[in-house]
Amino acid sequence: MTSQPVIHVDAIRKAYGRTIAVDGVSFDVQAGEIFGLIGPNGAGKTTTMECVEGLRQPDGGAISVLGLHPVRHVYQLQERIGVQLQAAQLQKRIKVREAVGLWASLYRKPVDGDRLIEQLGLGDKRNAWFMTLSGGQKQRLFIALALINDPEVVFLDELTTGLDPQARRAIWDLVRGIRDRGKTVFLTTHLMEEAERLCDRVAIIDHGRIVDIGSPAVLVRRHCPERSVVVVTEDATARDRFEAMPQVDSVSSEGPRFTIRGRGDDLVTHVIHCLGEHRIRVIDFRTELPTLEDVFLKLTGHQIRD
Amino acid sequence: MVLRGLWKLTWLEIKIFLREPLGVVGTIGLPVLVYVGLGRLVGSGARRAASDAPRAFTADLPILSVLLIVASAVLSLVAIVAIYREGGILRRLRATPLRPHTILTAHVLAKLVFTLVTLAVMILAGRRYFPIPAAVPIVSFTVALLFTTVSLLSLGFLVASVVPTARFAQPIGTLVLYPMIGLSGLFVPIESLPPLLRALARVLPLTYAVSLLRGIWRGEGWSAHLGDVAVLTVTFLVLMAASSRVFRWE
Repeated sequence: MTSQPVIHVDAIRKAYGRTIAVDGVSFDVQAGEIFGLIGPNGAGKTTTMECVEGLRQPDGGAISVLGLHPVRHVYQLQERIGVQLQAAQLQKRIKVREAVGLWASLYRKPVDGDRLIEQLGLGDKRNAWFMTLSGGQKQRLFIALALINDPEVVFLDELTTGLDPQARRAIWDLVRGIRDRGKTVFLTTHLMEEAERLCDRVAIIDHGRIVDIGSPAVLVRRHCPERSVVVVTEDATARDRFEAMPQVDSVSSEGPRFTIRGRGDDLVTHVIHCLGEHRIRVIDFRTELPTLEDVFLKLTGHQIRD
Repeated sequence: MVLRGLWKLTWLEIKIFLREPLGVVGTIGLPVLVYVGLGRLVGSGARRAASDAPRAFTADLPILSVLLIVASAVLSLVAIVAIYREGGILRRLRATPLRPHTILTAHVLAKLVFTLVTLAVMILAGRRYFPIPAAVPIVSFTVALLFTTVSLLSLGFLVASVVPTARFAQPIGTLVLYPMIGLSGLFVPIESLPPLLRALARVLPLTYAVSLLRGIWRGEGWSAHLGDVAVLTVTFLVLMAASSRVFRWE
């Protein structure tokens, strides 16, 4: 991981009129990782990504992708990257196989289009018109088009927006498969669950600025170290036992339902140990771990949902 | 690489266009119908009573029909560019090694193919009811028609560049194009128009297109119409320059 980053973004800025969309964004993406740019709609994710892809020219700052300048070396770079754009469409009546064939004809070293169609589970849709595909099938076709030139870096912008949970999970598996074949994936999402499950590292962006960068687990530990355990018990001594634990910060209760708050990964172990040691009869037991969603709320002061 | 993409995209756009029945009927069917239908009507009338009015109309009917071909090419270009832009198709195509002008050239080529096909269908379908006089130089006329189409497609690009949404594309295109046909000298001679409209007709490219097509049809030869060719060339260059300045990909 100490090798040269695949994508290097240094303090880029981009304004549309008086609206500043991207305001000094910097990050590195390493070879072979899934890197996610996460934040609410309008945070500057797509603008940042399109600058990196060479589709937009930033007003300031520097970007290098595979050692190339995205705008100056755009045609050189296009041979080596694969792109899926947010909310893009194709011709309504183009067939799946025709779209893949067209894309294959545009690159110097395309992979076998028919095999790619099979791999993405579109085999029985090969002759279907684009307009007849479901949302998930359309996105799988767009992934196929992004992979046709066997790219080193794949860009995926809001890949699963508007898909049902099942189609979303299928797409996640595909993206993991891309990484497992040694490619680097750079994606944007406003779904925290997606970022948490899919990304090796994430950069949280809000109002055009990067708030923090790290693996989901590291970010959660760094910003939301508190854990809570919910125990339902009618044992009269329970409250005193919980409060006596050194790892516990606070105990609150609502009838027989106790919420035990503390910090550190070991809290749960200690609570279980305490319950066993004192032979406390437990009716229900649940842990509440903070998620990336909580991290986002803490860092930005607002929910990610619109 | 670029050329291969161009042929492939052109061929695809032709196939995709053929998959929309309404579009095909409008593009190929309407001019042919006008030519054959009206030709049959006035043709038989002319045989019965050899009055002057039908004859004048008969002479210009082919010109009207091919203008409809040009108009439908321009209008369908406007619609396609607007729809492709609104749907993000242009954006998606541009994020490939395709050069931007290749994407647009493919559409021009597709339109020219349809222009040729329509003209051929028109001539073939007209053989029975409204045959083309033997004196008409078909090859020259075809070249003149393709030249006119290319020149006026630049108008299509300009309109497509400024229409706000795909829903407005066709109506705005029609509003621009059809009055031009009305003033082109095809229905009313330019000389008999009121002064203001006459001046307007003189600056509209359709006027020169009609003059060129009509002249070639009558066998006048290109040398007599160098002025028309020059105006249509300048029109093309000016409108393409203007639309490349205001063209939006998304």
